[in-house]
Amino acid sequence: MKNGKQNSSVGVLIMDAEAIRRALRRIAHEIIERNPRLPEIVLAGIPSRGAEIARRIADFICAIEKIDIETGAIDVAMHRDDVGTRAALPVVRASKLPVPLEERTVIVVDDVLFTGRTVRAAMDAINSFGRPARIQFAALIDRGHRELPIRADYVGKNLPTAANEKVRVRIGSADEADGVWLIKPEGAG
Amino acid sequence: MRIVESTTTSLSGNAQAAMRWNRKDLLGLRELSVDEINFILETADAFKQVGTREIKKVPALRGKTLVNFFVEPSTRTRTSFELAAFRLSADVINISATASSLKKGETLKDTARNLEALHADILVLRHSSAGAPQFLANRLEASVINAGDGAHEHPTQALLDLYTIREKRGKIAGLHVAIIGDILFSRVARSNIFGLVKLGACVTLVGPSTLVPREFEKLGVQISHKIDNVLPSADVVNLLRVQHERQRKEYFPGTGEYTRFFGLTKERAKLLKPDCLIMHPGPINRGVEIDSEVADGLQSVILDQVTNGLAVRMAVLYLCGGIANT
Repeated sequence: MKNGKQNSSVGVLIMDAEAIRRALRRIAHEIIERNPRLPEIVLAGIPSRGAEIARRIADFICAIEKIDIETGAIDVAMHRDDVGTRAALPVVRASKLPVPLEERTVIVVDDVLFTGRTVRAAMDAINSFGRPARIQFAALIDRGHRELPIRADYVGKNLPTAANEKVRVRIGSADEADGVWLIKPEGAG
Repeated sequence: MRIVESTTTSLSGNAQAAMRWNRKDLLGLRELSVDEINFILETADAFKQVGTREIKKVPALRGKTLVNFFVEPSTRTRTSFELAAFRLSADVINISATASSLKKGETLKDTARNLEALHADILVLRHSSAGAPQFLANRLEASVINAGDGAHEHPTQALLDLYTIREKRGKIAGLHVAIIGDILFSRVARSNIFGLVKLGACVTLVGPSTLVPREFEKLGVQISHKIDNVLPSADVVNLLRVQHERQRKEYFPGTGEYTRFFGLTKERAKLLKPDCLIMHPGPINRGVEIDSEVADGLQSVILDQVTNGLAVRMAVLYLCGGIANT
């Protein structure tokens, strides 16, 4: 196992800050291409890293198209289907979404797409705020292993993984560089 | 366009990031740490927002069964717990003293064991004996939430009071909080004292010496028998209900006398700072511990307390009920 660059954590560096920047800029272009009516878009990040990624995508769209995109946060903890079965109780936070959502296109944003259960919970949460015209989904990393019939509309990077590996995303940290690392399980070196 | 978000900012930094909740029961504030109290208040921020959504219901406790077991009469606390459970998608059974087999001589433990045999996950208990929730918590796998036990504790009331102060004033530490009235018989006062002192407020208890004994000073609070000396410096006054049902004649001569010496009358309210919050756990006795004009005035946050009670109880049910089976 080798150390990633700019980082002391154990794991293989998959994306550095520049690669993340380019991926998010490309996603911004794809969102512009797919959504002719940009003012209807709401970017809803899943806290905390998804919210940061949503803000950055909004900044890129603003830089390219000179339009401010509404950005919010959608907390999924109280909509999860596994409360009481997980080892730790998910921490709940307040959501921040513009209402009404009717006639809007909500783009859910998260750092890693894995089983799909989180984004399913996010869709339930969004529906409790109203009925958007459509929901799309953007993920920085798609690592596979879906447990639900869900796919992302926008993907920063497809990353084939083993189920027991971990993907670590650091973004928006005050004093450490952004990056994505793949971490092998203990002893698998 | 309206942006829905929590009106309260996180003040303690983030107790949420710093800790993990691991209690199945909420019995009192005495045993909670500062971090645990802040964690509940921050979790309540998230649940308060659910009340502003188009669909005021989340699936967090779907499939769980909550039993409201009220051996003493209560409408507002029971209703608040019931609505909190509905908003979390739990199923609710209400059992009151008059309907229960306690009247037929069943012991508390047997009643509780029967409830557990029905696979109840959360038991919300109001009981006239101090320690009844602790007794059951030690014997049941279900979460036990104390909704008031004798003159001991009423933790969710104190948490909603703390939440309301924090929401309105932005902080709790350093505030001067006067708790006025029947302290001796009040579980609300006890729970408030534990919580406020832990969070760094300066607390003064005010009332006749028969109802505010000196022993309370051991809890880290000031005591006064003259309300007019305390009101000018208070940031919060919390008025307790004169509990007719618990009073015996020897404690004070009558309600008229009480109002004259300790009631928050229109005239007395002029002594308060303009930004002083007026709180009351309800139900209020208009004209006894508080004048109508004061209860309905701008400084009164009595109805905010009711709204916040729902959010705080959702947080408590989510945390304790969510942890119970893990």
